[in-house]
Amino acid sequence: MGDVLVFAEHVKGKLPKTTLAAVEAGKQAASRTGGACHAVVLGKGIDALASETASFGVKKVFVVDGDALEHYVADVYTEVLADVMKQKGIDLLVATSTAIGKDLLPRVAARLGAGMASDVVHFNEDGTLTRPMYAGNVIATVKLEGSPRVVSVRATAFDAAKKEGAGEVEKLAISVDAAKAKAKFVAFNETKSDRPVLTEASIVVSGGRGLKNGENFTTYLEPLCEVLGAAMGASRAAVDAGFVPNDLQVGQTGKVVAPTLYIAVGISGAIQHLAGMKDSKTIVAVNKDPEAPIFQVADYGLVADLFKAVPELTEEVKKLKH
Amino acid sequence: MKILVPAKRVPDPNSTIKVKPDGSGIVTEGLKWVINPFDEIAIEEALRIKEKLGGGEVVLVGIGSKASSEQLRTGLAMGGDRAILVATDDALDSLAVARVLHKLVTDEKADLVLMGKQAIDADSNQAGQMLADLLGWPQATFASKVELAGDQKSAQVTREVDGGLEVLSLSLPAVVTADLRLNEPRYASLPGIMKARKKELKEIPLADLGVDTAPRLKVLKMEPPPKRQGGRKVESVQELVQVLHSEAKVI
Repeated sequence: MGDVLVFAEHVKGKLPKTTLAAVEAGKQAASRTGGACHAVVLGKGIDALASETASFGVKKVFVVDGDALEHYVADVYTEVLADVMKQKGIDLLVATSTAIGKDLLPRVAARLGAGMASDVVHFNEDGTLTRPMYAGNVIATVKLEGSPRVVSVRATAFDAAKKEGAGEVEKLAISVDAAKAKAKFVAFNETKSDRPVLTEASIVVSGGRGLKNGENFTTYLEPLCEVLGAAMGASRAAVDAGFVPNDLQVGQTGKVVAPTLYIAVGISGAIQHLAGMKDSKTIVAVNKDPEAPIFQVADYGLVADLFKAVPELTEEVKKLKH
Repeated sequence: MKILVPAKRVPDPNSTIKVKPDGSGIVTEGLKWVINPFDEIAIEEALRIKEKLGGGEVVLVGIGSKASSEQLRTGLAMGGDRAILVATDDALDSLAVARVLHKLVTDEKADLVLMGKQAIDADSNQAGQMLADLLGWPQATFASKVELAGDQKSAQVTREVDGGLEVLSLSLPAVVTADLRLNEPRYASLPGIMKARKKELKEIPLADLGVDTAPRLKVLKMEPPPKRQGGRKVESVQELVQVLHSEAKVI
């Protein structure tokens, strides 16, 4: 009893850092319950991914492979996941709170009559869980009762699992009638970018309303990102104004990141934005308003006109690297 | 078309949230209460759909204390047709909320549920998805665009996901949860506020619904987050690069 199942999300044939964080979280959870930590991979043509997953210290990797699972669709994946949970007598389901994790896990929870805790940052020794509430202004200790239980974890709260041993891969034959699905995948309009993925990068440069338009993100922030090897992020204001695409949004309801270095350019620092980045190791703020709230969380603050300071910063970093 | 929109009473997102010294909850004195911003967006979307169709009914649902009727009245003032308040002082978790909504949606024979993707107090982002499963309906979460088909039997929904925008086609009835950019909600007009007073706001005690609302998720205690140490201002870009390199050692 007390077995944990980690839903291993894969993106473009790879296991992203966010999934490795879930595996690590699953292991932490299993250490509390005394059960085993398994993983499950769903998709089409995923043998290599399953083996890859098995190399991260999980006991077993359950694989369900089929045409119907090629594109993630909530009701189809819910059916399969609930089936695996029941078949294998799983006590706790864990996944990262990515867009898929958030969409899928509650549905599986309802299917199983299970309670769910979202965005968990720690599995405590006494069996309780820690999670943020009120845009991170409250850290709550919660308890999930009954069995099974479902937990989504915040990727930034767990280190990526390290390679460790070789788990057993077990293929499960679960038939899915995709034709019965009431939701159908139509298209995915991917944001094309040369930049690293926000949730994977160790340096993030974010722009806010102060950039004034989308072109300025390209003119001023791209070169800085380039020279730092950084991902680009944005405040909600910048996304709402159409400066940049939605998937760059950092914040309470956008992406939560905790890179080694976070540079906030022209961002005032609303509570909701801070909720998405205040766990970054080093925070730098560049803003012409000395009273901007962002300076309260910044380790280093530069009060300056970003249109002068950012190109200068890019130059200085280039010099440093040569 | 009957659209059901749950609307939660939450503290104003711009409030400073403080935890009570005994950790039993947040300090509520002096807090301003509003409709959960994402639910407000859902109400707006429901109204727009009704206006586009030239007919239909927008039913608002609140689950909570009697004070929640304040937010329901605001929703009615925006243009909602009627409201239901499931009265309870119990703290319900997302599964319980989904079960209550399941009962109401079924009784009301709603065609579409539009709701916020998450409430900004608990930040759980679960109830909509759970409701969809209980109903056996398809779901589209984090919606940034909703387009109803002419025959009202399906909808195409654009969702904000990691890496870009996904488009799904759902058969109706369905559950759609609203994200920030779905629309910009209207302000209640003065005539709207006057009309709202006469619109039906039915109160049902939670117990009357016969739904199992025993919580699976319990909040045991609350604490403030660790305070980030204040930093310092640097005088120039040169100084910034210097400290990032030799002090913070991040570049």
